[in-house]
Amino acid sequence: MEQTKPKLKLAVYWAAACGGCCVSVLDVHEKLFDVIAAADLVFWPIALDIKYKDVEEMPDNYIDITLFNGAVRNSENEHMARLLRKKSKILLAYGSCSHLGGIPGLANFSTKEDIFRRVFEECESVVNNNNSKPLPEYEVPEGILELPVFYNDVRSLAQVVDVDYYLPGCPPQTDRFLEVFTAIVTGAELPPKGAVIGASVKAQCDECVRKKSEDKRIKKFYRPWEINDDGETCFMEQGVLCMGPATRAGCGYRCIKGNAPCRGCYGPSSDTTDPGAKMMSAIASIIDEKEPEDIKRVIDDVVDPAGTFYRFSLPTSLIRRKMS
Amino acid sequence: MEFNPKIVAFLCNWCSYTGADLAGTSRMEYKANVRAIRVMCSGRIEPTFVLRAFTQGADGVLICGCHPGDCHYQEGNYRCLRRYLLLQKYIEQMGIETQRLKLEWISASEGKQFAELVNSFTETIRDLGPCKIKEIVNVLT
Amino acid sequence: MKRITIDPVTRLEGHGKIEIFLNGDGEVENAYFQVPELRGFEKFCEGRPVEELPAIVAKICGVCPGCHHMASGKAVDAVFGLEPPPTARKLRELFYMAHFVHSHIAHFYALAAPDFVVGPDAPAAKRNLLGVIEKVGKQIGTEVIKQRRLAQEIQALLAGHQTFVVMNIPGGVRRGLSGQERDDIVERAKGFVEFSKFTLDVFDNYVLNNKQYVDIILNGPYALTLHSMGLVDENNKVNFYDGKVRVVDTTGKEMYKYAPSEYLDYVAERVEPWTYLKFPYLKKIGWKGFVDGQNSGVYHATPLSRLNAADGMATPLAQKEYERMYNTLGGKPVHATLAMHWARLVELLYASEHCLELAMDPEITGKDLRAPIDGIRGEGVGIVEAQRGTLTHHYHTDDRGIVNKVNIIVGTTNNNAAITMSIKKAAQGLIKKGTEVTDGVLNMIEMAFRAYDPCFSCATHCLPGEMPMILEIREANGELLQRIIRN
Repeated sequence: MEQTKPKLKLAVYWAAACGGCCVSVLDVHEKLFDVIAAADLVFWPIALDIKYKDVEEMPDNYIDITLFNGAVRNSENEHMARLLRKKSKILLAYGSCSHLGGIPGLANFSTKEDIFRRVFEECESVVNNNNSKPLPEYEVPEGILELPVFYNDVRSLAQVVDVDYYLPGCPPQTDRFLEVFTAIVTGAELPPKGAVIGASVKAQCDECVRKKSEDKRIKKFYRPWEINDDGETCFMEQGVLCMGPATRAGCGYRCIKGNAPCRGCYGPSSDTTDPGAKMMSAIASIIDEKEPEDIKRVIDDVVDPAGTFYRFSLPTSLIRRKMS
Repeated sequence: MEFNPKIVAFLCNWCSYTGADLAGTSRMEYKANVRAIRVMCSGRIEPTFVLRAFTQGADGVLICGCHPGDCHYQEGNYRCLRRYLLLQKYIEQMGIETQRLKLEWISASEGKQFAELVNSFTETIRDLGPCKIKEIVNVLT
Repeated sequence: MKRITIDPVTRLEGHGKIEIFLNGDGEVENAYFQVPELRGFEKFCEGRPVEELPAIVAKICGVCPGCHHMASGKAVDAVFGLEPPPTARKLRELFYMAHFVHSHIAHFYALAAPDFVVGPDAPAAKRNLLGVIEKVGKQIGTEVIKQRRLAQEIQALLAGHQTFVVMNIPGGVRRGLSGQERDDIVERAKGFVEFSKFTLDVFDNYVLNNKQYVDIILNGPYALTLHSMGLVDENNKVNFYDGKVRVVDTTGKEMYKYAPSEYLDYVAERVEPWTYLKFPYLKKIGWKGFVDGQNSGVYHATPLSRLNAADGMATPLAQKEYERMYNTLGGKPVHATLAMHWARLVELLYASEHCLELAMDPEITGKDLRAPIDGIRGEGVGIVEAQRGTLTHHYHTDDRGIVNKVNIIVGTTNNNAAITMSIKKAAQGLIKKGTEVTDGVLNMIEMAFRAYDPCFSCATHCLPGEMPMILEIREANGELLQRIIRN
């Protein structure tokens, strides 16, 4: 096969992740052979047996692009973020966790101490009479075993290192990944550094096909199971909270297609880093009450504002963690 | 060193800023802890403003607008009220004392009420102590 | 003491590392499998509305989000005191069978097949999917990817997206199936059955007809004598979605059979300071240490344990294969760790057949998708079989349905002790005084944990067996004695 261009050196790494972003790359299905034809995978722990030592030995900027997914939760994640920044020409925050903090970011409602207490002592099935807890160093008869240090805060990738691009989604819609990958491989001009790519600049509502009226007025919010969703009308108009107005389009409104309201995994649209603040504004605008008591009654049905508005973005919101 | 609260007050142009101005021109004495920010209408105040005020060092945030029914732009103050109540719920969930954020209607003639509001709010904040947000937000642990 | 570190363990869902300690005689003194990650779902789900949990906990694992979604959906149903109507239950199972199909196919071809089709001693460069393709034929790779895609698409149709799964709502599902969609799924399911049969033929031709491999499976240093756990239906047949948890002892005799709500009487978890992952064990026996045998509390929850714990499979072709497997391997229960690969293929056939049965069921296109809500009970347990083992979700809520406690025992977690022991046993069996730690040795240690399918499936090239592994042998003070680099 004639090689006219050197293959792109591609790395995929996961920090505090679930594996879904790695699966989203594999979900190119039959196009996988095209991807492999254009790129050499040089590091991908879930799939290849290249070890950390091999990455440490690579020259700086050896990797053309690293798709870094997962949040920074512990010292190993941080170490790998810094290492891969050094070894990569382009470091791309791939997926909600590295972009915004993601679902692991919900741990910022808590502290390391509280998390450890729940997981290792209080969970109903745990029997732990010695109060054992995982330790960064522990001596066993044969030697010392080490574990990464669990930080108190969850961080996005950009809160640790300089990031070139963001590709949002939990996981990113595979078609968006392919568009970005193709653009890079064919040498298309890349947007300015720091751009969010593989997503629209507009909100979900722009693409969502549910019927919307010009005039939204809400007198009551409902939990999704309190109504019979008609399958056609905008969720907000049915009184069900939907993060669509404060979320970038790009996923193909896939949750709406599954008859579930959007929860904001694609992150805020272009002019803000804090989707919750925008959502609060949006909701306040459509509540159809004037008296404080009536307004309070409506708001009482917004049962978990912080957890709903910042489901995927708590670490990168303005108030990035709960005060202890 | 004694704690001196930093308070940001968002005041609407037509009523509450004018009311605050009246307190000044009438030479009423009141605590000097407030930094006033004039907006055209309390309905202009977004949650982002309030949250940024806190993250950039405010220990307390005051929001003042026209009394219900008197808004120069008809409905702006109602939007402000709804945002404020939602914000209260949010900041409580984030572990911030809800007394740090206060909304009060101040008309253009209510200079005295403005001065009293500032005095009592300053003491409330003094009792609460410095707001932890600015420390936590700048340090990743 | 000399120390062999493998960091990170690769081709695993999640992070892991292995430490092997050698004594003065060059024999394995001990081995530790450490999991260096923790995210804290059991804490940060607190304060969330319980109906949001099925979509949130799906983010525990991006390879088996459907498993967490189902266990969670059932726990949420229980919190509301509801049973989904028949159509909803069947739609959930239909989704779930497609989920098993995609995962088991990919695991076998990319992870398991190379060790057997090409051989554990074959050159490393051949021990991967490409090597498999070379031996069995080129269209296989494309067919594996295609079948996986066909299964993923069924999941996306029913659940919004194959990874961001939103199917479940308290008491049912959000989306039904049209006649046209159903017809399409029937065709795909027929294809899954054929492909499963074909895959079993591949296993026959390349493994069972090869005496060397059968010997490795039965007599290699991999067997652990453990109690077996799996979900069974009312006829004691394997069921992935629902039923009671049945545990049989090392002789195959039933020890326990319990409903999900009783799990706390039977399973406890232990904490060790050298890993973030807990160690479940059988509570009534107690923790006796990292030992196997009848008197140990350690059990496994894997495709093999499911087949051991059940009396058979609920679909005809899978049942025939179940009988053939046990007849070949010398009766029930089977303790040969590598037999998990065969058990997985029997399950693949069952999932395919059941997928077809459900797709052809007239109720599958029904309109009754949700049970009516009637108050909140405030506590619920949901148990399903994940591809890697029995998965338990347990929630407590307040009277508004806001979560205040979450306890989760994950599929692979059940096997934490067993995996550690398997690695130690493999290392002890393979590394002795004077052993040259070669590439073949490394691969065979890997085969010990790979059998558990620690969660990832991948159908690309250059994977299992190419093993660009670096093995470092160090003195206890860290001084490097020997470094073996493969590829």
